[in-house]
Amino acid sequence: MAQIFSPKMNRLLLNSVIGSILVVVFVVFFFWYYGSPKYTDVGYRPVQPVKFSHKLHAGDIGMDCRYCHSQIEQAEHANIPPTQTCMNCHKVIGADNANLDPVRESWNTGEPIEWVRVHLLPDYAYFNHAAHLRAGVGCIECHGNVRQMDKVEQMKPLSMGWCLDCHRSPDQYLRPQAELTNMEWTPPVDHTEWVAKFKQEKKINPPEDCSACHR
Amino acid sequence: MSATTSNASVRSTEPLVWGNPSFHDVTQTVSGIVEERKTPIWWWVAISISGALTLNFFAMMAYLFWTGIGVWGNNVPVGWGWPIVNFVFWVGIGHAGTLISAVLFLLRQKWRTSINRFAEAMTIFAVICALIFPGIHVGRIWVAYFMFPIPNQMAMWPNFRSALMWDVFAVGTYFTASFLFWYTGLVPDWATLRDRAQTKWRRLIYGVLAMGWRNGNKQWKHYELAYLLLAGISTPLVLSVHSVVSTDFATSMQFGWHTTIFPPYFVAGAIFSGFGMVMTLAILARIVYPPVKNYMTVTTLERMAKVIMLTGMMVGYAYITEFFMAYYSGNKYEQFVFVNRMFGPYAWAYWIMFSCNVIIPQIFWSKKMRTSIPVLFVASIFVNIGMWFERFVIVITMHRDFLPSSWGMFKPTIYDIGIFAGSFGLFFTLFLLFLRFVPMIAMSEIKGVLPQAQVKHHHGHDEGGA
Ligand code: HEC
Ligand code: HEC
Ligand code: HEC
Ligand code: HEC
Ligand code: HEC
Repeated sequence: MAQIFSPKMNRLLLNSVIGSILVVVFVVFFFWYYGSPKYTDVGYRPVQPVKFSHKLHAGDIGMDCRYCHSQIEQAEHANIPPTQTCMNCHKVIGADNANLDPVRESWNTGEPIEWVRVHLLPDYAYFNHAAHLRAGVGCIECHGNVRQMDKVEQMKPLSMGWCLDCHRSPDQYLRPQAELTNMEWTPPVDHTEWVAKFKQEKKINPPEDCSACHR
Repeated sequence: MSATTSNASVRSTEPLVWGNPSFHDVTQTVSGIVEERKTPIWWWVAISISGALTLNFFAMMAYLFWTGIGVWGNNVPVGWGWPIVNFVFWVGIGHAGTLISAVLFLLRQKWRTSINRFAEAMTIFAVICALIFPGIHVGRIWVAYFMFPIPNQMAMWPNFRSALMWDVFAVGTYFTASFLFWYTGLVPDWATLRDRAQTKWRRLIYGVLAMGWRNGNKQWKHYELAYLLLAGISTPLVLSVHSVVSTDFATSMQFGWHTTIFPPYFVAGAIFSGFGMVMTLAILARIVYPPVKNYMTVTTLERMAKVIMLTGMMVGYAYITEFFMAYYSGNKYEQFVFVNRMFGPYAWAYWIMFSCNVIIPQIFWSKKMRTSIPVLFVASIFVNIGMWFERFVIVITMHRDFLPSSWGMFKPTIYDIGIFAGSFGLFFTLFLLFLRFVPMIAMSEIKGVLPQAQVKHHHGHDEGGA
C-alpha cells in the first residue's frame, strides 16, 4: 500500500505544539485586553433623556458639584438632583428653550426624569462616596474632568485593580477638603509633607482586605 | 547482570504470560480485540447504560450551573459535601496507574507489563472524573479561570499559600504526566495497529496517533530513554499528589483534619483504592475477553492482592493512630470528633469504612483467597466501597463543628446522587471506548518479557554482568 503520510508530516506535531502555545497566549491576551473594563467600560457615554450639560452648568456657570449632588458628603451614593433643583433656576431661565421640555413635563406631572446610569459597580462591591471625600479624594480622580463634559462619560475602569492601585498608595490622590470639586487644582510643592500630616491627623488607611469592599 | 537478575523467572518459576504465546500470538490476541469487525453485544449494552448515566451527569451539571450549588445538600457546617468526597475518591483511584507504570517500572517488577496500559488508562479516566468535581464545586464554572495565574483587571492572583491552589497544580501535573506516560507507551502499539489496518480510515486515524513511528533502532533508543525519564518524573508524583490533596484538609483549622498523619495515610489509601479498582476492571476484562486471561494471570492478580492487603493495613494503622492521638492529645474537641465518628449518627459509615478497608483485606493472608477470582472480585468491590466511605467519613462528619447551634445532618439530594452515579457513567464510558479502540495490553512491552526475548540466557549468568 502507498504511504498515506509523507515524511513532512513529522513536522506537524512540533508545529501543532507551538501552535497551541500561541493560541493559549493569544486567548489570554485577548481577554486580558479586550475583556477588561479599561476596554469595555471606559468611554461609556449613554444618551440622556435631557440635553443636560455639566460643561454648561458646572463649567461655564461654575456651579459647585454639591449644589446638585448635595448628599455626597454624607451618603454612600451621590444623589442625582430631583427636578425641583433644576426648577430653582429653570422656572425663569430658558422658559422658551425646547431642550427643557422634558424637565418641565416632569415638573408638571411629578414623574422624575429617567436619567441613564453611567457609573455602575456590581452589587457585590461596596463603594462609599462619603468615606472617600472625607479622606480628601477629589471627584476628578475617579470621574475625570466633569466640568469639561457635555455628556458625562466614564473615564476610569472602576475595576478592582484600579480601586486597589489607589488604596495601596493613595498619597498623590489626596487633597485638602476645600479643593474636592476643584478640577484645576494642582499639588503644591509641599504636597508630600502635607499628605503625611493629613494622613496622620485623619488616620487615613485605605483598606485592602476583601471584606472591606465585598461585604 | 540486569538481564538475568531482573528477570522474574529467576525468582519464580512461573512465566509472566501463560500459554507460551509467540510474538505473533501476542499481536493477534491484543490487536484482535480492537480489530474485531463486529462489536460484541455486551459492549453495546454496557455502553448504553454508562452512556445514559453520562448524559444524565451532564444534564444535572447543566442544571447545577443554571441554578447554583444549592441543588446539592451542601450546607454549613458540611460545606464540602459529596463533590469533594467524590473528588478525593476519584483522585485516589487514579493512583494505581502511576504506581504500576512508574514505580514498578523503576523497581523492575516485570509483572506490571500486563496491567500497566490498563491501569494507566484507568488512572487517566479517574483523574478526568476527579477534576470535574472541584470544577463544578465552585458553582460558577465560568470563573474557574481564577484558579490559574492569568493576568486580569481585578489584580487578582492565586494565593500560592493555599492548599487548594497546590491541589489544582498537583492534580493538573499528575494528569499531564500520566497522560504523556500512557501515550508514549502507546506509540509503538498504535503503529502496529496502523500497519495491520485494513481500511483507509483506520490507517489514517491510527497513523496520526502513531506519530510517524517506524520501529527504527534510533526511535527505540529515544523511546526507551523517554519512557525511563517519564517514569522518573512520575514517581515523585505518586507520593506528592495525594499528599497535596490531603493538605486541603490537614492545613485547615478543623479538629480531626489538622493532623500530620494525613499525607502518608492518604497516599496509602489512594494506592489501596487504585489497586482495588484495577482489580475490579481486570477481572471484568478477563470475563469479557477470555484470551486476556493468559496475560492478566491469576499470579498477577495475586500480587495485586498482596499490595491491597499491605496498603489496607497501613490505612488501618492510620485509623488507629488517629484515634490514639486524639485520646493521647488530651484535647477534648479532638476526642469528640473521633468519638462522634465512631459512635455518633454517622457511626454506620465509619464502620462500613473500617470493615471494608481493614477487616476484609485480611482474608488475603490465605493463598486460596488470593487466587480465587470470585473472592478477589468481591473483595475489590468492597475496597472501592470502603474507600468512598473513608472520604465520606472525613468530609461529612464535620456536621458537628465548633458551633453546636449549627449542628445538623447532611442530606444528599437527588443531584448529589445523580452526579456521583454520573461520574461512574463517564468513567465506564471512557473505559469501554478504551477497551474497544485501544490495545489494552502493551504489546511491545509484553514481547520484551516473553522467554523468547531473553536471548542472553543461553550464554550463562556471568556474562551479563561483565
Ligand atoms: C445642575 C446640577 C448638577 C451639577 C452642578 C453637577 N451635576 Fe453631576 N449630574 C447632574 C445630573 C442631572 C446628572 C444625571 C445626568 C447625567 O448623567 O448626565 C449628573 C450625573 C453626574 C455623574 C454621572 C452619574 C452616573 O450616572 O454615573 C457624575 C459622575 C457627575 N454628575 C459628577 C458631577 C461633578 C463631578 C460635578 C461637579 C463638577 C457635577 N456632577 C455637577 C446634575 C449636576
Ligand atoms: C474614589 C473614587 C470616587 C470619587 C472620589 C468620587 N466618585 Fe462618584 N462614583 C464613584 C464610583 C465607583 C461610582 C459608582 C458607584 C456605584 O455604582 O455604586 C460613582 C458614582 C457616582 C455618581 C452616580 C450615583 C452613585 O453614587 O451611584 C455620581 C453622581 C457621582 N459619583 C458623583 C461624584 C462627585 C460629584 C464626586 C466628587 C464630589 C465624586 N463622585 C467623587 C467613584 C468616585
Ligand atoms: C443655577 C441655575 C441652574 C440650575 C439649578 C439648572 N440650570 Fe440648566 N441652565 C441654566 C442656565 C443659566 C442655562 C443657560 C440658558 C441659556 O443659555 O439660555 C441653562 C440651560 C439648560 C439647558 C439648555 C441647554 C441647551 O443647550 O439648550 C438644559 C437642558 C438645562 N439647563 C437642564 C437643566 C437641568 C436638567 C437641571 C437640573 C438638574 C438644570 N438645568 C439646573 C441654569 C441652571
Ligand atoms: C483615588 C484613590 C481611591 C480610589 C480610586 C478608590 N479608593 Fe477607596 N479609599 C481611598 C482612601 C484614601 C480611603 C481611606 C478612607 C479612610 O481611611 O478614611 C478609601 C477607603 C475605602 C473604603 C473604606 C470605607 C469605609 O467606610 O471605611 C472602601 C470600602 C473603599 N475605599 C472602596 C473603594 C472601591 C470599591 C473603589 C473602586 C471602585 C475605591 N475604593 C477606589 C481611596 C481610593
Ligand atoms: C478596594 C475595594 C476592593 C477590595 C479590597 C477587594 N475587591 Fe474584589 N472587587 C472590587 C470591585 C470594585 C470589583 C468589581 C470589578 C468589576 O466590576 O469589574 C471586584 C471584583 C471582584 C471579583 C470578581 C467577581 C466576578 O464575578 O467577576 C472577585 C472574585 C473579587 N473581587 C475578589 C476579591 C478578593 C478575593 C479580595 C481580597 C483579596 C478582594 N476582591 C478585595 C473591589 C474590591
